[in-house]
Amino acid sequence: MAEGTGGRPPEEMGGPPERDSLRIIVNGKEREVARGTTVAGLLDELGLAPGMVVVEHNRAILERARLGEVPLAEGDRLELVHFVGGG
Amino acid sequence: MDSKDASSPTTPERAPATGIDTPLEIGGRRFDSRLILGTGKYPDNETMVRAIRASGTEMVTVAVRRVDLDRANEDSILHHLSPDEFFLLANTAGCYTAEEAVRYARLARAAGFNEWVKLEVIGDERTLLPDVHATLEAARILVEEGFKVMAYTNEDLITALRLEDAGCVSVMPLASPIGSGLGLVNPYYIREIKSRLEVPVIVDAGVGTASDACATMEQGVDGVLMNTAIAVADDPVAMATAMRHGVVAGRLAFLAGRMPKREIAVPSSPTRGMLG
Repeated sequence: MAEGTGGRPPEEMGGPPERDSLRIIVNGKEREVARGTTVAGLLDELGLAPGMVVVEHNRAILERARLGEVPLAEGDRLELVHFVGGG
Repeated sequence: MDSKDASSPTTPERAPATGIDTPLEIGGRRFDSRLILGTGKYPDNETMVRAIRASGTEMVTVAVRRVDLDRANEDSILHHLSPDEFFLLANTAGCYTAEEAVRYARLARAAGFNEWVKLEVIGDERTLLPDVHATLEAARILVEEGFKVMAYTNEDLITALRLEDAGCVSVMPLASPIGSGLGLVNPYYIREIKSRLEVPVIVDAGVGTASDACATMEQGVDGVLMNTAIAVADDPVAMATAMRHGVVAGRLAFLAGRMPKREIAVPSSPTRGMLG
């Protein structure tokens, strides 16, 4: 997969964070969230009930129980999916 | 599969005097209805729910799609259809590669309802005919991962046999292309598939009206899956009711064993005892 081009935030290198926010891609669209936001926090911001969506985080499915434990990082790609009508 | 041999076309199980059929058994689950319904393309959710109830089905298919983040409130189908009332069969509709289909199936399973999937890998946009190689590849991966796979396929016997060998709990050949409403175009191949497979054969796609559903069930298959024929009917609830009866009528006609066709008339009333 040609994923993970977003790179890691600079504070992992020991330097101070450049911004208070992170850019992530949610369902194909860029979005800014506050640094430190977890996946559960993002769902809350979007007004989505965690029980109604499935989250794919950088191509890996996130178990519901872990949504609150996983912090978002610069360049993360999320897919938020649910069931719709279909044949 | 246990108990399924009795319903093969060569040895039709006799319908009990009451006319009540035996339940359909797929992957260890029993269903009283032999009709499976899709949930797409209805004019509105209320009509969809009424039609699904009118059809008598116990299993409905759903698709996995991105949540629309521009809408204030998400429109998950689970706001309208209760998973307690209907068994949810997630599909991989819209997938064109095995990898994509496996990804969608895993997402569906993560929703937490069951490990079943209606596997569909499309190979051509115009006909929506399945890519049988990719379907087989995905089926093998998903079975290995513990999925119960119901595989949409064409009416090719060899592919059907391979899908059964791969461990699918049901093989689902088409009657005709998805959404075409052309009805059962190849009854011979469908009968052949049914007579050669142990797992339930569900005819999926192409049924256009109740007589198609009836004719399909008369071939001896275990069930029918449909969506468009009901969803786009002028009155979906009435069509769902018609389909329910069509499926039951076809099933009972198959079990009853039809009379042989003759190209000459045979009188129904006695030829003796006529006035001199």
